[in-house]
Amino acid sequence: MKNDLLTGALVRLAAFDPQTMAEALSRWGRDSEYWRLLAADPARLHSAKATREWLEKEMDNKLSSFYLFSIRTLEDDSLVGEIGLEGVVWSHSESFVGISLGERRNWGKGYGTDAMRILLRYAFTELNLARVSLDVFEYNPRAIRSYEKAGFKVEGRARQFLNRDGRRWDLIFMGILRDEWLNRKQTSTIA
Amino acid sequence: MNNELLTGDLIRLTAEDPQIYAETFSRWGRDSEYTRLLDNDPARMPSITKTKEWFEKFSEKEQVNETFFLVRSLEGNTLIGFVGLFGIEWNHGDAWVGIGIGDRQYWGKGYGTDAMRVILRYAFTELNLHRITLGVFEYNSRAIRSYEKAGFIIEGRFRQQLHREGRHWDEIMMGILREEWMENEK
Amino acid sequence: MSDMMEIQTPLFEGQLICLAPIDHDKDPEIESQWTHDSEFMRMLSTEPMRPLSPAQVKKKYEAIEKDLEESKNLFYFTIRLRADDHLLGFARLYWVEWTNGAGMLKLGIGSRTDRGHGYGSEALRLMLRYAFTELNLHRLSATIPEYNPVALHVFAKAGFVEEVRRRQAINRDGRRWDLIHVGILREEWLARLA
Repeated sequence: MKNDLLTGALVRLAAFDPQTMAEALSRWGRDSEYWRLLAADPARLHSAKATREWLEKEMDNKLSSFYLFSIRTLEDDSLVGEIGLEGVVWSHSESFVGISLGERRNWGKGYGTDAMRILLRYAFTELNLARVSLDVFEYNPRAIRSYEKAGFKVEGRARQFLNRDGRRWDLIFMGILRDEWLNRKQTSTIA
Repeated sequence: MNNELLTGDLIRLTAEDPQIYAETFSRWGRDSEYTRLLDNDPARMPSITKTKEWFEKFSEKEQVNETFFLVRSLEGNTLIGFVGLFGIEWNHGDAWVGIGIGDRQYWGKGYGTDAMRVILRYAFTELNLHRITLGVFEYNSRAIRSYEKAGFIIEGRFRQQLHREGRHWDEIMMGILREEWMENEK
Repeated sequence: MSDMMEIQTPLFEGQLICLAPIDHDKDPEIESQWTHDSEFMRMLSTEPMRPLSPAQVKKKYEAIEKDLEESKNLFYFTIRLRADDHLLGFARLYWVEWTNGAGMLKLGIGSRTDRGHGYGSEALRLMLRYAFTELNLHRLSATIPEYNPVALHVFAKAGFVEEVRRRQAINRDGRRWDLIHVGILREEWLARLA
């Protein structure tokens, strides 16, 4: 059986502690680009306290359908982001995944792709989901490339979904099936 | 696609408010033969009020790992029992089934077997589970026969799990896999 | 081994290890690390493995203490090394049915480096004595996944027999596995001591 389930090549997935994550999310959220890549809601500045209360409330009710992790580098164990399955629909064995990396200096290093690979392995061999979905904004090509590298395929677009900076942008839907992932295993660097 | 998912040949499964069934459940709870066939816990007799409160609390929380149905006869629409799935382990596709026919008039006539067939169909084609587990006491021969008819296979026994009437009794464990159920349905 | 039955013989002390209460200050940090070890978590439980922070472990301990107070169907112990009292693992008796004299048992040694020294076997011996001579239970049961041969061996050595095999009850790492229930009766345990 695969051990070190949550360890990748560059990062590992670790506990999602509401207090630690609330502080990190609040800090990262002060960079509006972080926020705008991640969320459709208008960029705002949330305090650590408000974030923690929101996290605790969310996690309390939905423990059996939310599987959230922090992302830490293997090199020095620093906290660089978060990733998780949000809203597993068990009778259909499917879920949405969300990921964000907090600071610009950690972007473009492969941390996101590595974290996503670990998460997919967890989704397909521990939760035994049949498919994982995500949505991503048209103006986030780095993320789209990363998801494609991890095995996701574009499935559709909600045209002109967002309005930001004076123009409209599409929301892109992507998905990956368990069977596809099992076949990819042979070629990827993470077994 | 089957659109009469909760209807069998003799019974149908329903969801109802506790105030409708609390009195009936409390009455069944006074029949110690029924409770001793059903439950490991010592026979007790909860009042109608307590029964109602318990079920109200149960239905308030959103149940992710359980489903609960009442069983009503098709003819006469009589409330005769309950059936449910609990301890659902979604990641493994395994769940426990529990069933009780409280009304003695409906014992030994195929009503329980029919309710079991309906819940298995629900489990395998709506919840998409992989297997169903149940435990039955060695002295409940009627139920054991009914479960075997429904396709369950004996997987072992918890030896001397129960202590009643001055002696010990085994609890028999049975299981059915989705592929077995599908084979039987053909 | 009639000295095993004497009132003076400690219930909670073995040769190398002892059973102890939770240390709410020191233990959460250590147990948090175990929850990140997928090998350990998958051996221990069929629930999806989920890493917990020390704060989250602390909350879990608080819930255990509450349950210990209120329910009387749970007996929870930490396993510690006698030499320096450091946390090795946990052992618990749960779902105790008093009128039937039945209970479930689970135990685990959390850190890879602490396994293979016989600590688990020793803890199991203490738990059996506690269950049969202090709680006066009639039988004990444990669940072990088919892919955990070490646990199957430790329990078999202690006298447990395989009673139930739940076919394909576990789906992990791309294939299905059986879940095995093992059990031991008090009279069997007594016979082994003689």
